Amino acid sequence: MNDDTHHGRTTDAAVLGSALSTPTDADTLTRLHDRLVRQAEAQEILDVAYTTVDTPVGPLLLATTPKGLVRVAYASEDHDAVLDHLAEKVSPRILRAPHRLDRVARELEEYFAGQRHAFDLDLDLSLSHGFRRLVQSRLPEIGYGQTRSYREVAELVGNPRAVRAVGTACATNPLPVVVPCHRVLRADGGLGGYVGGADAKSTLLHLEAA
Amino acid sequence: MSIEVTQPFERVVAQHGHTVLRVCRALLGTHDADDAWSETFIAAMRAYPDLPHDANVEAWLVTIAHRKAIDVLRATQRRPVPVDELPEAPDARPKDDLELWAAVRTLPDKQRQAVAYHYVAGLPYAEIARILGGTADAARRAAADGIKNLRRTYPGAITEEAPS
Repeated sequence: MNDDTHHGRTTDAAVLGSALSTPTDADTLTRLHDRLVRQAEAQEILDVAYTTVDTPVGPLLLATTPKGLVRVAYASEDHDAVLDHLAEKVSPRILRAPHRLDRVARELEEYFAGQRHAFDLDLDLSLSHGFRRLVQSRLPEIGYGQTRSYREVAELVGNPRAVRAVGTACATNPLPVVVPCHRVLRADGGLGGYVGGADAKSTLLHLEAA
Repeated sequence: MSIEVTQPFERVVAQHGHTVLRVCRALLGTHDADDAWSETFIAAMRAYPDLPHDANVEAWLVTIAHRKAIDVLRATQRRPVPVDELPEAPDARPKDDLELWAAVRTLPDKQRQAVAYHYVAGLPYAEIARILGGTADAARRAAADGIKNLRRTYPGAITEEAPS
């Protein structure tokens, strides 16, 4: 962007540029960003608000629409890529606005402290469709500390032969932890796959078994 | 210009917020720059989903800032400039940032805008001509005249040594 040679600018550019900048700019920009968030909320054009929280399974990205929590993402999913995907699939009008996720963050904190066994949150399932969405909407019926096999979940949704599709639905769950795909295991007791990796899955299962 | 996906608006603010703030300061001074910045970004966020994927985002933001700054100027020209915004004696502390902004603000409109968009925002003259109207050569001349005037009014403000 700032290519001096191509636009024939001289030292004046650098001198003017740095002279017109001040050390308070970082503070000013933080304040202006906060003001932008407030204005965007008031004018109802903040389509997606997000933040990140530190948890025992690493930093989680939390994103919400006015309808409810739309995405929980592990660091291994690449938070920048997840935001790009939200921009494409939901709306590019995305801002970091942690206060919009205060309740989600508090419930997650309680969950990881072992004090919360069910989430009481509005969810926006618009990132998944069809059979995947059906499976994901039924997963919260598997209670805290319980597990089901992929086959049992297939039976639960009335399609007992769709075991593989249930696996795909779990692997593409846009709301891991909150929608408990970690409670679905292989019929032989094996851990099965997990969007956050096997370590995260066993961490959650151990937490709930305690 | 390459086709790219529409970025989350947060990234637009992070990448261009600083430049737009400096442009607003060059156009208006610190007093009104914050308001112009806010109006620029809220208007940009509203229109953002309709922005073509291959648009030059910075030029687009500067174009919006240009219009918002004109609105602010029209409003403020009807009221006295706050006393604490006035520059002190021009040669007292020539490298003082606030004085440089004040000096930029004393330039005629076209010169001030051309200087801000080229030297602060880094836009090429062809892009500036689209914002100001007229030709790229006219924009280039306006910026050159602006720099010449700044050299005369604030000889210490523009030297070969960058201020710390």
